[in-house]
Amino acid sequence: MTSLAQLAGGSAATSALIDSDPWWLTAIKVLAIFLFLVITTLLMIWAERRVIGRMQQRPGPNRAGKFGLLQSLMDGVKLALTEDIVPRGVDKLLFVLAPAIAAIPAFISIAIIPFGPVVSIFGHHTPLQLANLPVAVLLVLAMSSMGVYGIVLAGWASSSPYSLLGGLRSSAQVISYEIAMGLSFVPVFMYAGSLSTSQIVAAQAHGAPFRLFGVILHYPSWFAVLLLPSFLIYVITMVGETNRLPFDLPEGEGELVGGFHTEYSSLKFALFYLAEYINMVTVSALATTLFLGGWHAVWPITLWSGANYGWWPVLWFLIKLVAFLFFFIWLRGSLPRIRYDQLMKLGWKVLIPAALAWTLLIATLRVWRRDGGSPAVYLVGGAIVVVLIAIAFGWESAAQRAARQRETEDEELDELDAGVFPVPPLDLPHYHGEFSGAPGLTGQAESGPDMKEVTGV
Amino acid sequence: MSYYVPVIVLGGLAAFFAIFSLVMGALSGPKRWNRAKLEAYECGIEPTRQPAGIRFPVKYYLTAMLFIVFDIEIIFLYPWAVAFDRLGVFGLVEMVTFVATVLVAYAYVWRRGGLEWD
Repeated sequence: MTSLAQLAGGSAATSALIDSDPWWLTAIKVLAIFLFLVITTLLMIWAERRVIGRMQQRPGPNRAGKFGLLQSLMDGVKLALTEDIVPRGVDKLLFVLAPAIAAIPAFISIAIIPFGPVVSIFGHHTPLQLANLPVAVLLVLAMSSMGVYGIVLAGWASSSPYSLLGGLRSSAQVISYEIAMGLSFVPVFMYAGSLSTSQIVAAQAHGAPFRLFGVILHYPSWFAVLLLPSFLIYVITMVGETNRLPFDLPEGEGELVGGFHTEYSSLKFALFYLAEYINMVTVSALATTLFLGGWHAVWPITLWSGANYGWWPVLWFLIKLVAFLFFFIWLRGSLPRIRYDQLMKLGWKVLIPAALAWTLLIATLRVWRRDGGSPAVYLVGGAIVVVLIAIAFGWESAAQRAARQRETEDEELDELDAGVFPVPPLDLPHYHGEFSGAPGLTGQAESGPDMKEVTGV
Repeated sequence: MSYYVPVIVLGGLAAFFAIFSLVMGALSGPKRWNRAKLEAYECGIEPTRQPAGIRFPVKYYLTAMLFIVFDIEIIFLYPWAVAFDRLGVFGLVEMVTFVATVLVAYAYVWRRGGLEWD
């Protein structure tokens, strides 16, 4: 039916096939993706509440429909029937537009995800992918940056302290983790030689074959195995990027109520909720595509020759996707929320240097493997090592200097208030001429050695 | 350009859905006026007056600046990664030089406490 070249699904072949889609096929795909996202969101909210319920030894929602399956739909209806409050003093236009600005980019990203290989729909051969952009992954990064506008504008327009802080926290977190996320992709592009998702999936089709006890097996080809550090960094950043536990500080209920959507009610709130869950689906789908071989089947299934053709790959893709979504729920059920300084420290001081170092390491190894004889490779490798050692030394001595300084400061403080309630050192510049010698204070401070000079008594 | 047509169509559908939800939300719910309901929510206490012109910690501004620096670095890394096998040793040397310059700035910011939150 279809030629092998098309089934092999190179990027160019995929693009050509997508280009030849009639308009109604594009319309069907758009509608299917839209419905897929909305229904997945509804099911995900239900599944999350059920699974968390199980993890906490309670049933979870089980009233609306069989197993409570209609619960999230009913919640949506209920939200539509509650009052749409626009508080006093908000920036009306931005307040109303912010949910839309958050939700629209969330929908767009998934357009570049390949759900399966070339299939036949009403006699037309077409890949199960809406758009095969040459810069596909850039589109996802761009759209996740656009989503930040919705959040920060919601926080800003609400003119409430909780909303403002939540919006700021959220945007700072998302952009911080986006850097590490972007860096974790670089080795993948290096291996696949392309930014296009269909090309990346094709690059993970199968590893080099080898023979074991007469059975032909393939070396692992998933980038999650070949580039494990990248995969781990991506998994951490995708949780941070979607503001989910343990990184859900923007809506830490104990401190910020609802965060940036504190002032939102009715369907505006529902749009934020929808955006959050669609973003989870998107990052999970991207993880599947970039690191878990996309729609390709796992090893024992690949022994069946039909596994990677027709509609079956959609099933493999969905299984991987659901596994990631379950991982999100599992994290929420098991981990406490971390502190904001820990969050930023992890993002800026651990993930970014780790991703950069890993990228350079992979690059050097790749060049070395190809033309190892070239002296330039050794020069570069040597230079990197020298720079790293220099930084490490400089770092250590600077850290020691800082520690010594802190210690002496602590000692000075200790000498000052030995045994009494801690008082700031009274010889600080702004105390000069200001110290009036209130009876209680003088009595307490006189135990310090320097008091005479400061008070001038 | 035809690459982007399906993306734009999907965006259009999403926009329609979002605007429709916003309009529906405004129309379908009840409207009962209540002074307290329209105040900013602060867990039941009288809302604080917001200062004219919103103020926020300068740390966020710094984070945004740093983000731009690193985001641009990433944008330079992508084409390099795609063309990596064709560039060979030359590409590696160039990129190590580039990353090293950014690394100096990064180490400086780190040492000056630009990455500390308390």
